[in-house]
Amino acid sequence: MTTTLTDATPPTSSPVTQEDSDRLRQQAQGRSRLGSVAYHAFMVVVSLVVLYPAIWMVFSSTKPHAEILGSVSPFSPNASFDNYLTALQGIGGVSFWTFVWNSTFVAVVSVIATVASSAVTAYAFARIDFRGRGLWFAVMLGTLLLPFHVTMIPQYILFQRLGLINTFTALLIGNFLATSAFHVFLIVQFLRGLPRELDEAARIDGAGHLRVFTSIILPLLRPALITVAIFVFISTWNEFMGPLLYLKRPDLYTLPIALRLFVDQTTTSDYGAQVAMAVLALIPVAIFFFVFQRYLIDGVATQGLKG
Amino acid sequence: MTTTHPPATLTAPRPSQRRARMRETIAGYTFLLPWLLGFFLLTFGPMVASLYLSFTDYDLFEANWVGLDNYTGLFSDPRYLKSVQVTVTYVLISTPVKLVAALLVAMLLNARRRGLGFYRSAFYAPSLVAASISIAIVWKAMFVDDAAVDSFLQIFGIDTGGWVGNQDLTMPMFVLLALWSFGGPMVIFLAGLKQVPTELYEAAEMDGAGAFRRFLTITVPMMSPVIFFNLLMETIGAFQVFGSAFIISGGTGAPADSALFYTLYLYIRGFTDFRMGYASAMAWVLVVVVGVITVLLFKTSKGWVHYQGDSR
Repeated sequence: MTTTLTDATPPTSSPVTQEDSDRLRQQAQGRSRLGSVAYHAFMVVVSLVVLYPAIWMVFSSTKPHAEILGSVSPFSPNASFDNYLTALQGIGGVSFWTFVWNSTFVAVVSVIATVASSAVTAYAFARIDFRGRGLWFAVMLGTLLLPFHVTMIPQYILFQRLGLINTFTALLIGNFLATSAFHVFLIVQFLRGLPRELDEAARIDGAGHLRVFTSIILPLLRPALITVAIFVFISTWNEFMGPLLYLKRPDLYTLPIALRLFVDQTTTSDYGAQVAMAVLALIPVAIFFFVFQRYLIDGVATQGLKG
Repeated sequence: MTTTHPPATLTAPRPSQRRARMRETIAGYTFLLPWLLGFFLLTFGPMVASLYLSFTDYDLFEANWVGLDNYTGLFSDPRYLKSVQVTVTYVLISTPVKLVAALLVAMLLNARRRGLGFYRSAFYAPSLVAASISIAIVWKAMFVDDAAVDSFLQIFGIDTGGWVGNQDLTMPMFVLLALWSFGGPMVIFLAGLKQVPTELYEAAEMDGAGAFRRFLTITVPMMSPVIFFNLLMETIGAFQVFGSAFIISGGTGAPADSALFYTLYLYIRGFTDFRMGYASAMAWVLVVVVGVITVLLFKTSKGWVHYQGDSR
C-alpha cells in the first residue's frame, strides 16, 4: 500500500531530484520487502497453530498409546501402524469396512437425492412465476434458521411407527424431499445469476418448463450442483445425530457412530487406536477438500454475499 | 407459443393470459411438489406435533395432557438451568471470538501477496471437519491430562491437570474448538472485502485517515451486510452444538454438567429418559429463543447494516 502511494505521487511540479525519488523508491521497496517477510512469518505461524491439531492427529495415530500422553512433539522413534491394525479390526465382530460401506452408501444416495430435489425446487423458485411463490420462498428461508431439534422427536416417532428404525430410509428420505434449505438457496442464487434470455427464448419457441429445465438449465447449473454435491457429501459423511437416533444395530452403523462405539468400548487410555480410526474416517473428506477446494470456497463465499 | 405482445386488442389477450398464468402456477407447484411434501411431512407437521407433545407427558407409549407442566418444570430443573447457562455462555463467548478472528484474518488475506491461496485453504479446511466426531475424539485426546496441550503448558510451569476433567476449563476447550473453525465465516468475509472498492481506501488514505479509522469508516459499513449474515448464522449455529459435546463429555455433559449443552440435555431427556414431552418443550423454548434473537438482530440491523443500492 505504501509503495503504490509513493509511486503514484511524484508530482511533476515539485522540486524532487532524480536522486531523491530513487532513494524514496528504494526505501519503500525495502520497507515493503521487510513487511512482506514479517507478513509471511506471521501467517506461517498462524497456519502452524491452525494446522497443529491435524498434524498432531496424523502423527499421534502412529505412536504407541503410552507416548501420546506426556509429549508435545509429534515425532516418535517407535512409530508404527499398529494403531491402524487395531482400528481396522472393527468393533464387536463387525468389520471396519462395513462402516465404510454404510457411510459411503448413505452419502452417495444423499448426494444424488439432494442434488436432484434441490435443483427442481430451486428452478421453481427462480424461474416459474406462480401464485404464492414469494410466500413459499420466505417459508423455505425460514426453515434455514429453524433448529431441527423441534422436528426431531416427532420425526423419530413417525419413522418408528412406519417401521423405519434400523433402516437407511429414515436417514435418506429428507434428501429426496429437498429439506435442506441451504442447498436449495445456493442453487436459487446461482440461477438468478444466469441470464433469463436463454430460457425465455426457448419458452417462446414452445418449450415447456420440463424441457427448459432438463435441456437448458440443468447443463448450466453444473458448477452449482457440483458445489452442492460436495457439501452434501461432507455433511452426510460427518452426520452424527441422525444415525445415532435411527441406527441401533452395529452392522448398520455409519462411521461417526461407529467411532463413538469404539470410544465407548476401548479402554479410555487407548487414544492411539481411537485417533487412528478418526484419521481413517476423515480421509474421504480430506480428499474431497484437496480436489474440490475451489468449489467449496466459492460456494461458501456466494452463500454469504448474496444472502 | 402464446405471443402476448403484438396486436393487443383489449379483450382478446385476457383469457389466454389467464390461462398462461394458470399453467405457470400448475407448473410451479408441480416442480415444488417434493419440497412441499418434505415441508409438510418432515418440518411443519412435526413442528405442530412437537408443540402438542410439549403439553403432554409422552414417553413413546402414552400421552397425557399436562398443560404447562413441562414448561414450568423447566425452571425448577437445575440441570435444565445449567444447560441454559452453559449454552448461553458458549454462544456469547464463541460467536464474537470466532467472528473477530475470521474478520481480522480475512483482512490480512485481502492483500496482493503471494501464497495467499495456501493460507486461505489452510484456514478454511478445519471448518469442514470441526463439528465431526473424528475431531471431537482428537480434541479430547489433545486436552486430557498430560496430553499435548497440557504438556505444552507445563513448559511454562502451568499445570492444568487436563482440560477435559476440569469443569472450569471445559468451556475454554469448546470455545477453542469453535475458534478453530473460523475459516467458514472468514471465507465469506474475504469475498465481501474483495467487493469493497479500493478507491474508497485510497481516497481515505489521501485524506490522512489512519488504518483504524479506515477500518471503522469504510470496512465496517461496507461489510455490514456480510457481518450481519455471519453474526446471524454463527449465533444460531452456536446454540446447536451437539456431536463434540456428546463425545467429549461421554454423552453426559460431564464433568459437573459443565459440558451439558442445551441440545445434549434435550437428547438425554428425549432419548435416554424418554421424556419426550419434556424434550419437546425444551425444543420449543429453543425455537422461540432463536426466533426472538433473529427478529432482534433484524430489527437492530436497520441501524447498522447498509445495503448498497445495486447489491444484486
